[in-house]
Amino acid sequence: MELLTPSIGLLFWMSLAFIIVLVLLKKFAWSGILKALKDREDFIERSLKSAEEAKAQMSELKADNEKLLAEARLEREQILKEAKEMKEKILADAKLTASEEGNRLISTARGEIEKEKNQALSEIKKQVGEISLEIAERVIRKELSDKGAQEALVAEHLKQAQSN
Amino acid sequence: MTTISASAAHGSENGEEKVAFNAGDVIMHHVMDNHEIHIGPIHIPLPIILYSSEQGLEMFSSSKLSHGEPYNGYFMEHEKIYFVGDAEVVRDTHGHIEAAMPIDFSITKTVFGLFLTIALMLFLFIKAAKGYKIREGQAPKGIQSVMEPLIVFVRDEIAKPSIGKRYEKFLPFLLTIFFFIWIGNMLGLIPFIGGFNVTGNIAVALVMALFTFFITIKNGNKAYWMHILWTPGVPWWLKVPFPLMFIIEFIGFVSKPIVLTLRLFANITAGHIIILSFVSLIFIFNNLYGAGAGFGVSILSVAFSIFMFCIELLVAVLQAYVFTLLSALYFGSAVEEHDHAH
Repeated sequence: MELLTPSIGLLFWMSLAFIIVLVLLKKFAWSGILKALKDREDFIERSLKSAEEAKAQMSELKADNEKLLAEARLEREQILKEAKEMKEKILADAKLTASEEGNRLISTARGEIEKEKNQALSEIKKQVGEISLEIAERVIRKELSDKGAQEALVAEHLKQAQSN
Repeated sequence: MTTISASAAHGSENGEEKVAFNAGDVIMHHVMDNHEIHIGPIHIPLPIILYSSEQGLEMFSSSKLSHGEPYNGYFMEHEKIYFVGDAEVVRDTHGHIEAAMPIDFSITKTVFGLFLTIALMLFLFIKAAKGYKIREGQAPKGIQSVMEPLIVFVRDEIAKPSIGKRYEKFLPFLLTIFFFIWIGNMLGLIPFIGGFNVTGNIAVALVMALFTFFITIKNGNKAYWMHILWTPGVPWWLKVPFPLMFIIEFIGFVSKPIVLTLRLFANITAGHIIILSFVSLIFIFNNLYGAGAGFGVSILSVAFSIFMFCIELLVAVLQAYVFTLLSALYFGSAVEEHDHAH
């Protein structure tokens, strides 16, 4: 039974010691420790939250970048396409002008040739006339000597002229 | 625990016809409070402080009384101090001393262990708190990092779920009892320092239980008292004319600190007794069948003692946890907001 009987002395010392340790620890240990723990937990929570926000911002930024990049790519393609079209158009235009010019040149050349030809023909006609005159002259001169020969000659000359 | 060999040697010196080794005495001697600390053959005297209406307050070394002789009108037997004055020691037919007993405020072994425990606590936690101040915003280090998980455990696993949102008010007390019980229990398990049994002392356990009790009473809200005085949700005839519910609730109310006290006291004391019993077996066999038997049993005994010791290490923290948890639950019931009838 003695084991179960609390002694007065111990009750006194325990009460005193416990109150002292409670007050001292509350004042010098627990308040500081608990506050520090809470502060740190808050800090960690805040840091995690801000990290999450930064991540979201990053991904937003990345999405923006990608969008921008895609737009740029599209624009580049557009520009390239336009340039190609323009090139083709220029080329086609050039071809058209060139062929027109060619045609024009050809037609001018043809006209020139016609002109030259006509000139040459008229020259030939003139010469033929002169030659005819010469022949006629010669025939006329010969007629004076031989009438039959004269006629043969004229016939021969005429034959020659006709074949020409 | 080291007192065994000394006491056994003592017993064999005293008388041949007496039983040389009395395990019960040795164990009780260890478990009970003492006015000296015994480390092997060394007896460290402790201060005796007495108050009696005849001689007032007095303080002297326990070595003055330890030899069975009266000093200054006082006489000590079986760690009990009697006031005999100048007269002879008078005994009744059972051999008990018939004399007045002064109030004993001595710094006994348990009180010394108590001071040791609180000194250790103050050192550890004030140092840890300093760590938080010095290394503000940094990772914990040293004592700080040892204590932090335990403090967080008490806060998050005991206080928060048991008490609810008003837990912060009770946290200093809960932390103090948790660490006091745990460190006190561990102190009792350290061998070769005289075998303290601080938390296994009923007075120590009782004071803590009473603290819990009074804090519960002080913080009890209207709903808590109504629950005891006029329990809601039970038929009226259980309350009037015969207040059966009140009696039941009141018994529950009063039994809480008693149960807290007994659980801690019995668990810790029983642990000590079991380990000592195993060790005592060696000496019992040694005395009964000679040194060979003693040696043979010692192998088994030591193995069992080590096993029990490991269990005691677990019990040390478990009892601290249970005491703290129950205190927290009592506080929780005192401050709980009842928005539903039950």
